[in-house]
Amino acid sequence: MRPVRSALAGALLAALSLAGCGQSSPAASPAATTAATPSAGTVSTPSAAGFPVTVEAGNGSVAVARRPERIVSLSPTATESLFAIGAGPQVVAVDDQSNHPADAPKSELSGFKPNVEAIVAKKPDLVVIANDTESLVASLGKVGVPVLLEPAATKLDEAYDQITDLGAATGNVDRAAELVAGMRGQLDEIAAAAPKDAKLTYYHELDVTPYAATSTTFIGQVYGLFGLTNIADKAPDAAGGYPKLSAEFVAQADPDLIFLGDTKCCGQSKDTLAKRPGWSKLSAIENDRVVPLDDDIASRWGPRVVDLAREVGDAVQKAATGG
Amino acid sequence: MADPSRRLPGTRGTRTGTGTDTGFGIDPGTETGTGTGTGADVRVGTGTGAGVGTGVDAGADRRAGSRAWQATRLSPAVASAAVGLLLASMLAGLLAGAADIAPRSVMLQLLDWLPLVTADSGLAPVELGLLSEIRLPRVVLAALVGGLLAIAGAGYQGVFRNPLADPYLLGAAAGAGLTTTAAIIFSRGDDMAVGVPIAAFAGAVGGVLLAYGLGSVAGRGGGTATLVLAGVAVTSFLTAVQTFLQQLRVEELQRIYAWILGDLGGGWEQITLIAPYAAISVAIMLLHGRLLDVLSVGDDEAVTLGLNATRVRLVVLLAASLATAAAVAVSGLIGFVGIVVPHAVRRLTGTSYRIVLPISLIGGAAFLVLADLLARTVLAPAELPIGVVTAFIGAPFFVAVLRMTRRMET
Repeated sequence: MRPVRSALAGALLAALSLAGCGQSSPAASPAATTAATPSAGTVSTPSAAGFPVTVEAGNGSVAVARRPERIVSLSPTATESLFAIGAGPQVVAVDDQSNHPADAPKSELSGFKPNVEAIVAKKPDLVVIANDTESLVASLGKVGVPVLLEPAATKLDEAYDQITDLGAATGNVDRAAELVAGMRGQLDEIAAAAPKDAKLTYYHELDVTPYAATSTTFIGQVYGLFGLTNIADKAPDAAGGYPKLSAEFVAQADPDLIFLGDTKCCGQSKDTLAKRPGWSKLSAIENDRVVPLDDDIASRWGPRVVDLAREVGDAVQKAATGG
Repeated sequence: MADPSRRLPGTRGTRTGTGTDTGFGIDPGTETGTGTGTGADVRVGTGTGAGVGTGVDAGADRRAGSRAWQATRLSPAVASAAVGLLLASMLAGLLAGAADIAPRSVMLQLLDWLPLVTADSGLAPVELGLLSEIRLPRVVLAALVGGLLAIAGAGYQGVFRNPLADPYLLGAAAGAGLTTTAAIIFSRGDDMAVGVPIAAFAGAVGGVLLAYGLGSVAGRGGGTATLVLAGVAVTSFLTAVQTFLQQLRVEELQRIYAWILGDLGGGWEQITLIAPYAAISVAIMLLHGRLLDVLSVGDDEAVTLGLNATRVRLVVLLAASLATAAAVAVSGLIGFVGIVVPHAVRRLTGTSYRIVLPISLIGGAAFLVLADLLARTVLAPAELPIGVVTAFIGAPFFVAVLRMTRRMET
């Protein structure tokens, strides 16, 4: 008797929850349809600064009905951008990897192993992510939370576009445009100041194994601004944008400049490099041309790319003038 | 069970083939030594017993027996062929690489390094350093790790009398994975180079001891089945803890993953680090080849032959685990070598552990040197993780060996 009763109870529960879904969807859909037609929305509510809007993100067109006041960011890059465009006060929670700026409301949320319930518990009206792990977009869509997927940029223009997207989606269009224009201007300036005819080679290290980045990657394009030649470009395309290089190849290629993107993760420095087998005679080590970078800045595609470019520019300047 | 027709004339002692899938049975009654052999000098046909082809019928076994003679002494021809293969593969490994150095210069330089020989290779200091500090230690480390994993695999298979036994059976891999993950997560900077090998070594040894302890407590008889199950439990448990740790610090995922896939670029420092453990464990295992042969007839029979099966098993197990730990410490978790090389050796040279152990050592070394050569050159100047290559070329290679030997038998 007992099993039958609990089976019945289970069926009843299932029916109830189905009914619940059935009721909620018609209620939600009118909102969705109005949101999907931005022109109508703009006309009806001019006070809400352009809302509702539709933003083209990595997950297609995303409709944001009104100015978000409870943003959750699960992308460290997006967190940096949100705060840089003045959307900081609208952000209620950021993921455990978002360590910049310091006043971002860091939480236990994870962008790698996202917990949908924990995200929903923050009552977000916009969620920004960099990876759609475990169909996060679909799960959050079911509960009616708009999600912006802003995946790792492969070009500077993509990084600018993402900042513009975030500006539109959060009602900070002007600040975003300002930031993008500022970044473009500064990068142009830094690149223009760098000596172009130095013909320097470089190696950008991601970890000690050693994995490197080629010119096709986002960071590779930042180096491209300075006319540097990347030794990792010799790797075949099949090895991907982040090939694991042969240690003996790096030793023989003997790059003029070495940029370390593994200073925080792996504590690498000129001294640890010199201790690696066969690397002590590298000219970049002997000439003090090993540039330690902040791992985070070197792996994100947000506003601090300007800081990265400045460090690279300084190093190129020093190497070219022999200073 | 023993078939008198399979008794091989001209050998001391008795050869007993096994006609059943499981059969490690030797019938002591057929012990018809010529009197020159000692009690332990038993030839045991473990062709199917060591269990590669569990489906091999008695007829095939008989044919195999008449073909391979099931020698127990390492013949000079086989030994020199194996050493020749190893030297050839090491030479190939030294000549090729991502850095472009003329093979002729490499050869001259190698001659120059030989005692009492002087040759001018004309290599620049950078190339010289590259050869002596990167390429040579890499080839040596590949040989060392490959040999250790293969002989450890052979040792495990002997101890457990199970064809699927491999060096990671008893939680060595999971233990090392856990401690290495912890080391990567909690250590920073300079101490990594030393911290990871030590952590991996301790973890591998710890994992095996945990499984052995658990197995001994659970199965008081010391049965190998209980031990294997304890290994499975310990492996699952430690892997779960490792995954949990990994999840706490996702930013370290890539480094942990890179370690698991294996890397042989450690240099001389890591070779000297594990050399003593390698020497001790290999020596112990090689000395136990004969006892493993006796053990392969089954515990009860081994006891009647005057062997302390539990003690032999423990000693070989510890030695094999020490070898595994030493290999894992400096190379990560390289799969496939430990299980496939001993089987291939058995198929090609004979099933006595007096042959399988030393030839696995040499064959495993040659195999991993060649696998690493591919890993270094296929995508040069980029590399493939060594773990990918061992399985990718190892599996077809093994199927080829299986087919080839089967064809010879039938």
